[in-house]
Amino acid sequence: MRAYWELAKSSFRRHSTYRTAAVAGAFTNSVFGLIRASLLLSAITTAGGAIGGYSAMEAATYVWLGQALLAPLGLFGTAELANRVKSGDIAVDLSRSVNLTASYWAQDLGRAAFDVLPRGLPPLIVGALVTGLSMPGSPEPYLLGFVSILAAVSLNFLGFFAINLLSFWVLEIRGFWMLYMVVMNLLSGFLVPVTWFPGWLLEFARATPFPSMLQTPVDILAGRTVGGESLAMVGIQLLWLAVLLIVVQMMVRFGSRRLVVQGG
Amino acid sequence: MPIIEVEELSREFQVMEPAGRFRRRKKTVHAVRGIDFSVEPGEAVGYIGANGAGKSTTIKMLTGVLVPSSGRVSVCGFNPVPQRKALARKIGVVFGQRSQLWWDLPLQDSYPILGAMHRMPEADWKPRFQELAEQMDLGEFLTTPVRQLSLGQRMRGEVAAALLHRPDLIILDEPTIGLDMISKEKLRQFLDAERRENGTTLLLTTHDMSDIQRLCQRVLVVDDGAIAYDGPLTGLADVAGAVRTMVVDLTAPVHSADLLSLPDGAVHQGIEAEGIRHSVSFDPSKLSAATVLAAISSTAEVADLSLHEPDIEHLVRELYGSARR
Repeated sequence: MRAYWELAKSSFRRHSTYRTAAVAGAFTNSVFGLIRASLLLSAITTAGGAIGGYSAMEAATYVWLGQALLAPLGLFGTAELANRVKSGDIAVDLSRSVNLTASYWAQDLGRAAFDVLPRGLPPLIVGALVTGLSMPGSPEPYLLGFVSILAAVSLNFLGFFAINLLSFWVLEIRGFWMLYMVVMNLLSGFLVPVTWFPGWLLEFARATPFPSMLQTPVDILAGRTVGGESLAMVGIQLLWLAVLLIVVQMMVRFGSRRLVVQGG
Repeated sequence: MPIIEVEELSREFQVMEPAGRFRRRKKTVHAVRGIDFSVEPGEAVGYIGANGAGKSTTIKMLTGVLVPSSGRVSVCGFNPVPQRKALARKIGVVFGQRSQLWWDLPLQDSYPILGAMHRMPEADWKPRFQELAEQMDLGEFLTTPVRQLSLGQRMRGEVAAALLHRPDLIILDEPTIGLDMISKEKLRQFLDAERRENGTTLLLTTHDMSDIQRLCQRVLVVDDGAIAYDGPLTGLADVAGAVRTMVVDLTAPVHSADLLSLPDGAVHQGIEAEGIRHSVSFDPSKLSAATVLAAISSTAEVADLSLHEPDIEHLVRELYGSARR
């Protein structure tokens, strides 16, 4: 366990060395938040004050929470593993006395821990100043929200890790990556809340792990789901975590047997 | 009990090659074909061969990174692929062209992580790290991020990383590639001392003959995926007729080879630059460079000189050529 703790810490430190990148990222997240919020707000005004149970303020809160969680949750993923397979540096990873998945997972948690403040806070501040936020007043949503964020970070990590692991079989994963990004962006509720989907798409989305990757923590933090419903949502997240973990472990197991390490 | 045991080990790769305009055909490449060898604890073995001979493929199979196509491997009593993690605590690996350090962290930050990975308590890895840092002279750049280290500095850091957990076996894949003479020599001295003091078994691949001469008593020559020679280094030189070449530039031209006095066993190879540059080859096991130089200096004044080691490609070619004949 100590190795994974050290890896998480080191990853936190690694990311904390790129402060300019964090500032630039937070700025971008905030600007895109303004664009997304103004689009949604004008749609809601046109619709007559509310869409799918979201008032103007609630819709803005959904946008700003999404923009704040974007970086910590790792919604854009990283192709580090696939790149290391390509360069052959995967040989170094496999020569270490740690579990491959767990070592990358620990590092991603360290990255997320760093991203929370510098990437998460600015969009929320901009949101509070520009549109105002509708946040719950009691502590429970925040406590459960924290658990939900942890689960969502892990789910996003495992999703992208699975795509990365395809590089054990194919030389180029770009096509799979694009497909995953498009599907995940839509079904995770990043573009619009999943409850705005037509019935058939909503049902389809709920049969996938994607809403657990963003919609669930946003709903819990905004207080849209409360009490037993929130707990059930976190339960679903943990269920998907178990499923993805099994998938990824199987992929590592079979993939590393047929992995050809590139280069001398 | 041998620390490395390899029996009938083979590895083949499937590669696609174009067949016609659109079709591709599968082709099987035999990177390693049925090699056998074993290494005893405490031995220092050089594993040499030309590029593409199968060295790195063998090393990847020894460390459990690559699954053999057939044959048996045992390293430190482990079956490398299924017991990869357990094996990693017993061996140290240095891939000369790759890094096991954390690229964007100060050098010293890599070692606590490695210590934890090897499940060493701080009271154990820390003194060991300090010892290695001192012996390898890491002090002045411990706080420098790994990405800013020079190649020589990084290699010292890599070797210290591979030795932190006092492995029984250290495998080095071209550890001196790209290093300057001083860095190479430092590294060799350190590896040699480490082996003498702790009985660490050493297996290294290299293209540098002096690495082998300095560090290894035994060499394995691999050519086209098969072992072409397994024995002492001196034997290899005998088989292949390894000679060093000394090139001297004289202050005044000497136009005939006969006018230059040479010790017995040294052979004049040629004259260049209108009598200024002469090259002389000699067997380093019989003659020292100093003897050759002294003899030349007795008849002509030497302005400059350079020594050329026999290169491994040449040795292997000679050796394998003679084995085929």
